[in-house]
Amino acid sequence: MGVSILPLRLEGVTFEADGKRLIDGVTFDLRPGTRSVILGPNGAGKSLLLRLCHGLIRPSGGEVSWDAPRGTEVSHRQAMVFQRPVLLRRSAAANVAYPLRLRGVPARERGERVAEALALAGLSAQAKQAARSLSGGEQQRLAIARAWVMAPEVLFLDEPTANLDPAAARAIEALIDGVHASGAKIVMTTHDLGQAHRLADEILFLHRGHLLERAEATAFFSNPRTAEASAFLKGDLSW
Amino acid sequence: MNDLAAAFSQAASLLLGFDEDLMEIIGLSLRVSFMAVGLAVLLGLPLGAAVALYRFPGRTVLGALLNAFMGLPPVVVGLVVYLMLSRAGPLGVLGLLFTPAAMILAQCLLVLPIVAALSAQIVADLSEEYDEQLRSLAAGPGQRLVTLLWDGRFSLMTAVLAGFGRAIAEVGAVMIVGGNIAHSTRVMTTAIALETSKGNLALALGLGLVLIAIALGVNLAALALRDAARPRHG
Ligand SMILES: Nc1ncnc2c1ncn2[C@@H]1O[C@H](COP(=O)(O)OP(=O)(O)OP(=O)(O)O)[C@@H](O)[C@H]1O
Ligand SMILES: [Mg+2]
Repeated sequence: MGVSILPLRLEGVTFEADGKRLIDGVTFDLRPGTRSVILGPNGAGKSLLLRLCHGLIRPSGGEVSWDAPRGTEVSHRQAMVFQRPVLLRRSAAANVAYPLRLRGVPARERGERVAEALALAGLSAQAKQAARSLSGGEQQRLAIARAWVMAPEVLFLDEPTANLDPAAARAIEALIDGVHASGAKIVMTTHDLGQAHRLADEILFLHRGHLLERAEATAFFSNPRTAEASAFLKGDLSW
Repeated sequence: MNDLAAAFSQAASLLLGFDEDLMEIIGLSLRVSFMAVGLAVLLGLPLGAAVALYRFPGRTVLGALLNAFMGLPPVVVGLVVYLMLSRAGPLGVLGLLFTPAAMILAQCLLVLPIVAALSAQIVADLSEEYDEQLRSLAAGPGQRLVTLLWDGRFSLMTAVLAGFGRAIAEVGAVMIVGGNIAHSTRVMTTAIALETSKGNLALALGLGLVLIAIALGVNLAALALRDAARPRHG
C-alpha cells in the first residue's frame, strides 16, 4: 500500500453552478483512522462536498489536496459508494470483480478477493445473481463490497442507507463498521441523526454550503455551538 | 386478384420445392448482408461510442455527418463505390467491381452511419448514468468505452437490427456495384426488380415474401436471444 495519502486537505473550497454558490469557502482536513460524518439537511451540499473530495468534480475555487508524493495514483487509493450506486449489468460477483479487472489483478487472486468481499457483505449466496435483480439493501451492500474489494485507504459513502428499511440500514451500518475495522478511513454523509450517533467519531456539520461546525461526535451532540446545529438536532431546522 | 393468388401459389411451390436458383439468390443475399452488417458493427460500435465519449477535434462534425448519412440514398452509395472500384478508380486494381465483395462494401458503407449514429446516442445516454461511477472506479477511457458497449448490449441490438433491415432491403447499391449477374451477384432485391420488369410477378412476389420472412425471422431471433440472456445477466 505504501505511505498514506491522508490527510486530505480542503482549503477554501467553493463550488458554483448556474451562478449559485453551492459550496462556500469550506476548509478542513480529514485524518486517517476516524469515521468522519458529514451531517446536514437535504440540499446542504453533502453530496457535492463528497464528490469534490473524491475528485469527481473540480472546485470553482480553493484547493483539494492529498498528502501524497507526486505521481501517486490517488484515484486508486480511494473508493466511493454513491447515493444511487450504478451496478453493472452482470452478476453480483462480476460487479465486485470489475474494479480488480480494471487494475489487472490476475484471475486467481481476483476470485479469492471477490469471494471474500461478497462474504463480508453477506452476499455469497447471491454471487451469481444478476446485480440489478437484487433488493435495494442487497444492491447497497454489493456497492460497498465492490468499493471495499479495492482495499481503499479512504472509503466515501453518500447516504448509504437512504431509502432502506431499519433492518437493512442496520446491516449496512454493521458492514461499514467491518470496513472501518479492516483499516479504511470512513467519510460518509447522512441526514439521519440516529445513524450519525451510531457511526460518527467526528461530525462535520454542513448547512447551505457552509461548514458551520466540526467537532468530536459526543461534543457535537451534547453541545452544538451554532443555532443551526441546535435546531437541526432538535429536528426543526428549516432549509 | 387472380394474379395475386396465382403468384402466391407459384411462390409457395418454388419455396417448398427448394428451387435451386431461388436458394442461391437467398443464400447470397444473406451472405452479403450479414457480412456487411458484421463489418459495420465492428467499425460502427466503437466509432459511435468514441463520438459519444471522447473529445477530439472534429467530433461534432463527425457526429453530425453520421446522423446525416443515416438516410444516404443507396444508389448514391452504389455510385460512389462504383467510381472507386471501376477500372479507372483508385481501387480499380483490386478488380472487385461486379463481385459480392463490392456489394458487401457498398452495403457496409450504407449501414455504418446507422449503426454508429444510433450507438452514439445509446452510449451517450448510458454514460449520463455511468460516468461518475466509472470514473470513481478509476476506469480508463478505453475501459469505459468497452464497459458501456457491453452494458448497452440490449439497446445496441436495436441499432444492429436497424442496420440489417436497411442492408437486406436495399436494391440501389447492390444493383450498381453488383450488376445483378445471374449465379454471381444476383440477390433478392435485384431479382425482384428484374422479375417485375419482365412481368414475372409470381417469382417477384415469392422473393418479396421470402425477404419479409427473413427480416422478421432475424428480428425474432434477436429478441429471443435477448430474452434468453436478460434474466441471467440483468
Ligand atoms: N450541477 C448542479 N447544478 C446546479 N445545482 C446543483 C448541481 N448539483 C447540485 N446542485 C444543488 O446544490 C445543492 C446541494 O446539492 P447536494 O446534492 O450536494 O445536497 P445534499 O446535501 O447531498 O442533499 P440530500 O440530503 O438531499 O442528498 C442542491 O440545492 C442542488 O439542487
Ligand atoms: Mg446527497
